Amino acid sequence: MLGPDTAAYLIIAAFLFTTGALGVLIRRSPLIVLLSLEIMLNGGNLALIAFSRHFASGDGQIFAIAVMAVAASEVVVGLGLIVAMARKHLDLDVDKLSSLRG
Amino acid sequence: MILASASNVLVWMVWVVAAAACLASGVAVISFSNPFYSALALMGNLGSLAVLYLLLSAEFVAAAQVLVYAGAVMVMFLFVIAYLGGKADAPWTGHVAVQTWAAVVAAGALLVEVVLVIAGQADGHLADAADIQSSFGSPAEIGRLFLTDQLLAFEVTSVVLLVAAVGGVILGSHSRAATPEGDDDAGA
Repeated sequence: MLGPDTAAYLIIAAFLFTTGALGVLIRRSPLIVLLSLEIMLNGGNLALIAFSRHFASGDGQIFAIAVMAVAASEVVVGLGLIVAMARKHLDLDVDKLSSLRG
Repeated sequence: MILASASNVLVWMVWVVAAAACLASGVAVISFSNPFYSALALMGNLGSLAVLYLLLSAEFVAAAQVLVYAGAVMVMFLFVIAYLGGKADAPWTGHVAVQTWAAVVAAGALLVEVVLVIAGQADGHLADAADIQSSFGSPAEIGRLFLTDQLLAFEVTSVVLLVAAVGGVILGSHSRAATPEGDDDAGA
């Protein structure tokens, strides 16, 4: 395999996942939380594809495409929720959305 | 191997540039206070990830990444950001809450953990990548896997997309139906 080996790709994937997790935890705008979720999913995708190449099996790529479909679905529902929140004049701040808190 | 071939050096250079762009744009996404800039940074992130996928011989996934993510999904994001206006919290300004520091510590711990595990296996399971044939990652190979070995995953994915589409329609029509009752945004 030309270039860096699988471990280098996996470390990039770990960095991406952590960056996304940090974004989900520290940002309060639901739009940016969704964008950070995309980064997390892409970190997972990169690891799947790196392992797919490592073991020379296409199954990891199939899984990555399924993850893409799930990410697209999640964006549709998430953005639908955010637009519904904005139409009800709720604050777009995940810390203030506490009506469901027990 | 001391004497690296020219193509190996080229792949390394492309990898370093793509990986650096990927990490930098990832940090940019969570640092911008304007969601519009965050979305643009995420597009850069997705593009550099597609380059990494190409280096891993995943041509079809790289193309799907650019078309589906950087194309369709990000356009949807940009539409919603344009609709809602580009305002968001500015991170790292003013008083930084305890929650933020706890989040940084938790994310750092997660990163250290994963990197240690990967580094521990770098000479073990992860030492030698298997050889691939030239058809690896091609659309024909992906299509064959989708219609033979992974048929169930293919069908389940289509059901997930259908459910999401129905959910999107219901969410959209619900907030519209609430308008005539005048309880929220009548006339808006």
